[in-house]
Amino acid sequence: MSYELSHLRELEAESIHIFREVASEFERPALMFSGGKDSIVMLRLAEKAFYPCKIPFPVLHVDTGHNFPEVIEFRDRRLAEVGARLIVGSVQERIDSGQLKEEPGANPSRNQLQTPVLLESIEEYEFDALFGGARRDEEKARAKERVYSFRDDFGQWDPKNQRPELWSLYNGRIRKGEHIRVFPISNWTELDIWQYIEAEKVEIPQIYYSHQREVVERDGMLIATGPFNTLGENEKAFTETVRYRTIGCMTVTGAVESDADTIDKVIAEVAGTRITERGATRADDRVSEAAMEDRKKEGYF
Amino acid sequence: MAEILRFATAGSVDDGKSTLIGRLLYDTKTIFQDQMDAVEKASENLGTEGPNLALLTDGLRAEREQGITIDVAYRYFATPKRKFIIADTPGHIQYTRNMVTGASTADLAIVLLDARNGVVEQSKRHAFLASLLRIPHLVLAVNKMDLVDFSEEQFNKVADEFREFATRLDIADLTFIPVSALMGDNVVDRSENTPWYDGPTLLTHLEQVHIASDRNMIDVRFPVQYVLRPQSEEYHDFRGFAGTVAGGVMKPGDEVMVLPSGFTSRINTIETMDGPVDEAFAPMAVTVTLEDEIDISRGDMLCRPNNSPDVTQDLDAMVCWMTADEKFAPRMKLAIKHTTRNARVMVKDIQYRLDINTLHRDESSEVLELNEIGRVTLRSTQPLFVDEYRRNRTTGSFILIDEHTNTTVGAGMILGVAE
Repeated sequence: MSYELSHLRELEAESIHIFREVASEFERPALMFSGGKDSIVMLRLAEKAFYPCKIPFPVLHVDTGHNFPEVIEFRDRRLAEVGARLIVGSVQERIDSGQLKEEPGANPSRNQLQTPVLLESIEEYEFDALFGGARRDEEKARAKERVYSFRDDFGQWDPKNQRPELWSLYNGRIRKGEHIRVFPISNWTELDIWQYIEAEKVEIPQIYYSHQREVVERDGMLIATGPFNTLGENEKAFTETVRYRTIGCMTVTGAVESDADTIDKVIAEVAGTRITERGATRADDRVSEAAMEDRKKEGYF
Repeated sequence: MAEILRFATAGSVDDGKSTLIGRLLYDTKTIFQDQMDAVEKASENLGTEGPNLALLTDGLRAEREQGITIDVAYRYFATPKRKFIIADTPGHIQYTRNMVTGASTADLAIVLLDARNGVVEQSKRHAFLASLLRIPHLVLAVNKMDLVDFSEEQFNKVADEFREFATRLDIADLTFIPVSALMGDNVVDRSENTPWYDGPTLLTHLEQVHIASDRNMIDVRFPVQYVLRPQSEEYHDFRGFAGTVAGGVMKPGDEVMVLPSGFTSRINTIETMDGPVDEAFAPMAVTVTLEDEIDISRGDMLCRPNNSPDVTQDLDAMVCWMTADEKFAPRMKLAIKHTTRNARVMVKDIQYRLDINTLHRDESSEVLELNEIGRVTLRSTQPLFVDEYRRNRTTGSFILIDEHTNTTVGAGMILGVAE
């Protein structure tokens, strides 16, 4: 008998350990959930950590209002199955009430507007720990982030002043008003996530698989047409066989041309691809080379 | 399926560590086209010739501007044989704490040596820290072989020099590999420039090094992390003790002892959401149910009745001090986190400060400053269940936390019970 774990089992065990540690040491944790594959895997890991108990904290969705309808339908169904309480922080509501202002121009991104809504929800519910599905392989600034990422009263991340993190001993001590962002899947890669989804038969929204969709080509990406997307003068909608590698706002998340309509095909595609998921499909990360670093300092996920 | 190898890299500013990692990622086709494009663009801006592979890993803006790495960064790549997690740690003298941090979870460390300069002070320091943190496998990558005409003699000279130094350290497995990170020799692909070298390339070594036996499979240690008591009909009487196995192999039917109470019982089942399992070993995260109803809470530990850790309030330990805000000194009070147990400690004594360049023990030291390491004794407010760090890296380690700033200020490795 050899006592070895497969890489997925080892990653899973590490994540479960982190979920349990946070549930033990914090008073008001919440799980940030977007309906994307990473947060879906997080939800599964949280279920596993506390089985046969229910997940002992609520789920927080910062809703930009520019969602794929398939994702919202999936969110509600899945959370009902798990029996988790959903808290929604709505960007749309705050735009309607005048607290937030939509960016100028056609098809504005609401990416920046998520941060104030998130921070407001944290204050309102007095969350002291927020689970996020960020992975260190996603981006260079994230490669330096701790599993327990300390945030001050303003929700800010200070990359030069992070707490050392040793062994699996996480330091969750904070003062009132401060909080910790916790990233249980820090050590997973995009491929690990897909392999886990396959191994665990985790259900994910259908838009991750190849389908026919009406899109428009914008900044080299295929953006879905729909109620939030105003076509420019020279833009022409057409139907393409596509799938999504990431899920964000409908207005900034690009689809990739793909025939991968099964999990096996998706994994083969991911394993063979030469462009990172964010580089390929997220207009929000393209702004500058240090785009993510800047947003994180301000309190972004 | 593949297992995970976690390794740390350490090197001085100029010995090409970032380039080596860039090379590993590039030659294993882990680098994506858009990342490569960004590097090429940045290289042009900096006026370097050809893509500067070091830029692949230097993530934060301040680092790119200063051309140095300022914090631990984690990188990932995989081959069909293994998944790799790299803790990329900076080499400057002021960043010992980052090296200790990166090394704490590593199965293997790569220390870079410059083939021209041989074993410099910094390489000794890195090798010492790797041995202090009990990284089981150490690889000495003798880099910049292209600059010494791939000379076997020079390689042997550097290797011999290091071997002599290493006799003073406790390193189980030592491997020397001649490489050129810049040109790619012996990193992923075997070099034609070193016909005299018949060992593995760096990647082959990383894929093959045997790590399964590095974990302690003998002494059962199960720190209780969370107690699961579903108040549902279906699981009315269920009381599960959730945690991560820190050592040994646990099986249903095994007799266990609970610390600190000393009560004994037998393991009834080992539960997971995927169903009960026949055995659990490190680092599995499971839930244990016992045959008897015993009062157990977070911070308790399950072990075997005839094989228990030391139960003590007096720790003899090596401590690495990680803050410039204050000095580690006798009478100081700190919070301690050890496995799933939180307590407070008072510093009783600093036996000596270790000069990590000369390994000299300075017994006259009265304090430890930032990045200094010393042998100390601590007294805790509650008993802790400890093993020697060399026997178990989980039950033998702790962190110290400043109770006012809440930051992690020290890392400790237990040598035993203080007298």
